[in-house]
Amino acid sequence: MMRSSLSRLVVCTAALIVGVGAAAAQTPKKGGILNFSVVAEPPNYDCHGSTTFALVHPIAPHYSLLVKFDGKEYPKVIPDLAESWTVAPDKMTYTFKIRSGVKFHDGSPLTSEDVKASYDRIINPPEGVVSIRKAYYADLIVSAPDPNTVVFKLKNPMAGVMEALASPFNCIYSAAKLKQNPRYPETEILGSGAFSFVGHVKGSTWEGKRFDGYYNTERPYLDGYKIFFVKSAAVVPGILGGQFDAEFRGRNPQEKGQLLDKAKDNLQVFEGTWVNNLMLVFNTTRKPFDDVKVRQALSMAIDRWGGSDALSKISILKFVGGVMRPGYSMSLPEAELVKLPGYSKDINKSREDAKKMLEAAGAKDLKFKLLNRNIAEPYTPAGIYSIDQWRRIGVMVEHEQLETKLYQDRVAKGDFDVAVEFQADFMDDPTAQFAKFLTKQLSPSGYSGHTDTKIDDLYQKQRRIADPDERTKIVREMEQYALTQAYNVPILWWQRIIVINKKIKGWYMTPSHYLWQDLTEVWLDQ
Amino acid sequence: MATVASTPTTEALPKRPNAVWQFIRSEPLGIFGFLIILLYVVCALGAPWIAHYHPEAIDFAAMLSAPGEAHWFGTDQYGRDVFSRIVYGSRTALAVGILSAFIGCTLGAVLGAASGYFGGRIDTAIQRVVDIMLSFPIIVLAMVVVSVLGKQSVLGIDTNLIAAIALPIIPKMARVARSSTLSIVAMPFIDAARAAGFSHKRIILRHILPNIVAPYLIMVTAFVAQAILLEASLSFLGLGVTEPTPAWGLMLSGASADFYQTAPWMILFPGIAITLAVFAFNLFGDSLRDWLDPKLKS
Repeated sequence: MMRSSLSRLVVCTAALIVGVGAAAAQTPKKGGILNFSVVAEPPNYDCHGSTTFALVHPIAPHYSLLVKFDGKEYPKVIPDLAESWTVAPDKMTYTFKIRSGVKFHDGSPLTSEDVKASYDRIINPPEGVVSIRKAYYADLIVSAPDPNTVVFKLKNPMAGVMEALASPFNCIYSAAKLKQNPRYPETEILGSGAFSFVGHVKGSTWEGKRFDGYYNTERPYLDGYKIFFVKSAAVVPGILGGQFDAEFRGRNPQEKGQLLDKAKDNLQVFEGTWVNNLMLVFNTTRKPFDDVKVRQALSMAIDRWGGSDALSKISILKFVGGVMRPGYSMSLPEAELVKLPGYSKDINKSREDAKKMLEAAGAKDLKFKLLNRNIAEPYTPAGIYSIDQWRRIGVMVEHEQLETKLYQDRVAKGDFDVAVEFQADFMDDPTAQFAKFLTKQLSPSGYSGHTDTKIDDLYQKQRRIADPDERTKIVREMEQYALTQAYNVPILWWQRIIVINKKIKGWYMTPSHYLWQDLTEVWLDQ
Repeated sequence: MATVASTPTTEALPKRPNAVWQFIRSEPLGIFGFLIILLYVVCALGAPWIAHYHPEAIDFAAMLSAPGEAHWFGTDQYGRDVFSRIVYGSRTALAVGILSAFIGCTLGAVLGAASGYFGGRIDTAIQRVVDIMLSFPIIVLAMVVVSVLGKQSVLGIDTNLIAAIALPIIPKMARVARSSTLSIVAMPFIDAARAAGFSHKRIILRHILPNIVAPYLIMVTAFVAQAILLEASLSFLGLGVTEPTPAWGLMLSGASADFYQTAPWMILFPGIAITLAVFAFNLFGDSLRDWLDPKLKS
């Protein structure tokens, strides 16, 4: 019997809480080296210019952030370098008190100047420096009135300021070093995190060791960590063979099965939602995808509820949801979602309506190409499933799978009919989640090419509302509108499955694979 | 006056044995290979009538079903019928295999004939290019071509994939055609044709190429097998046919590796289909060579 995605979420969360409770009951032990694998390698070491977990997993333990997300209670924001903060009543000024006695790994002191210099580098990057999230922080003005105080003033009201500042990519660099060379973080690791850098053997390993000068003298528990850069297919044999004890991005259900079949007694499993989905992007600059009826019909042909259970057994695609992650406080409730095109639970009626709509739009025998990445998981299952669903309403689709670089070039140029695109970020905030749903004028990743400024207006409106309830209303209105216009439509949201050695404690799974990777709380029960 | 009655002879001229019958009698293994090929051709042409299901139809209720009455070869992780996918997969295998072998061998034959006929600088130039091409392993050369050209579909067939597979065949065929041409060029009838003032084009097309048909046919059949294997290899590596198109190599790749323990039929039957096809074309090609080559006959 099919269960709703919400009930599955509850089960997963409950499992998570049980795990947390069990871990909390034990007294942490010091010592040991955590060996884990990462299935990609960072192109360089600069957090501010990166979007990949391949950078976060090796590098996060070396750096402190101003504030960070709590792995135990995501999306709660907790202190890191900032020991406390105050928010002005008008919510236009955020004042942070920086801890005293914080040191970089070279022994130099970390002050508010370093925080300011790092954020200035993100907001106004010097020539040659890449800052991916520059626009996200464009409304912030940073000042450092004294060595222990950093003030963020907002040019305009902005929602989700604390969440934005907790980005795992906002590493705090040395102001003095940045002054000498603003691009030093690309090639050098100098942080103030719990672990100092030992070495990186390209294509092979990354090592860090406990930083004795870390501001929290009780942390970290580990003596160090060692990363093995391996291909994804090598993770299961690596864990089973004892080469490493974990991989923190996520495994698919088959790999979970293989691991549990062979080493159930030594492993622990975390499962839950992931702040990632795959969506269909309709190129509205091409006929007939400029017609809302055609886009809606194509979305309505896809049986999301029926496919969810089965696809989740063979891939990481699982949860039915709209633009916001299912289960997140601002997402549309299921009762609202099922009223939208493509989300009805009566798939037969939905498909009959879809056929009529295509006929009315003059697109009865529609044929097109579905552009996709040639990455097996979860892109190929998403493509195969969508094509099968469209065939059921008489739409014939050719699957074109390209290497990622070629795919990105084509999508960026608008050279596609319909594309399978991912939606992912380090947090659920709508300002991040809606980026690909906007017009190209507002967002370079508005690949559908639509010119509907109503979504842009709602987007700008929600990001200026600090009140969570008021903002939720606008976000839900925006989500309903976006899914009805169907410029982009989510296929399914991902499930995050982590299988790690039972001896690893203090690591908690969040819905984002970018978070809780600084390893400060992780310890080994051995 | 004695007359000598002219009596018409009743003794008939010895009957020339039918070529097909002769082949059947002398090459039973070749016939066996041919029958398997014929079976694949029937599958390819009659796929909609032979297959029980649409090859791309997902049926999650039947996912990973073992072989049985409803699904003779079982189903894959999407509940797609493996038998239907193999039957439809024969279209991909034969279309890509035959077209690429035919194109590769034809271009190779023309190049080889020109090389052997003209000799001198033309021969040297062509042969050095052939040397360079032969220095690459066949799969590497095909992978490079596929990567550079990408995908280009015409009537559902990836023409760039055919080009990628045909390209490594060209130099091999060119070598064979050149050596055959060299022996033909030395024959008196070529001298006679030259003396009669025939153009190079006419000599190559009318006198040389018809005389290298036998090695050409042998090479085509041999390369069809290689081409099928190469298509399967490229699809297995994710460079050939794209899901959900049914293709044998593709059926062996990707998630099949994850399910080989719980659903071995997912890899067993496509593997058998590839092996049998390659075996059949090789068997037929070898028999054709034995039958057409007078040296081997003696």
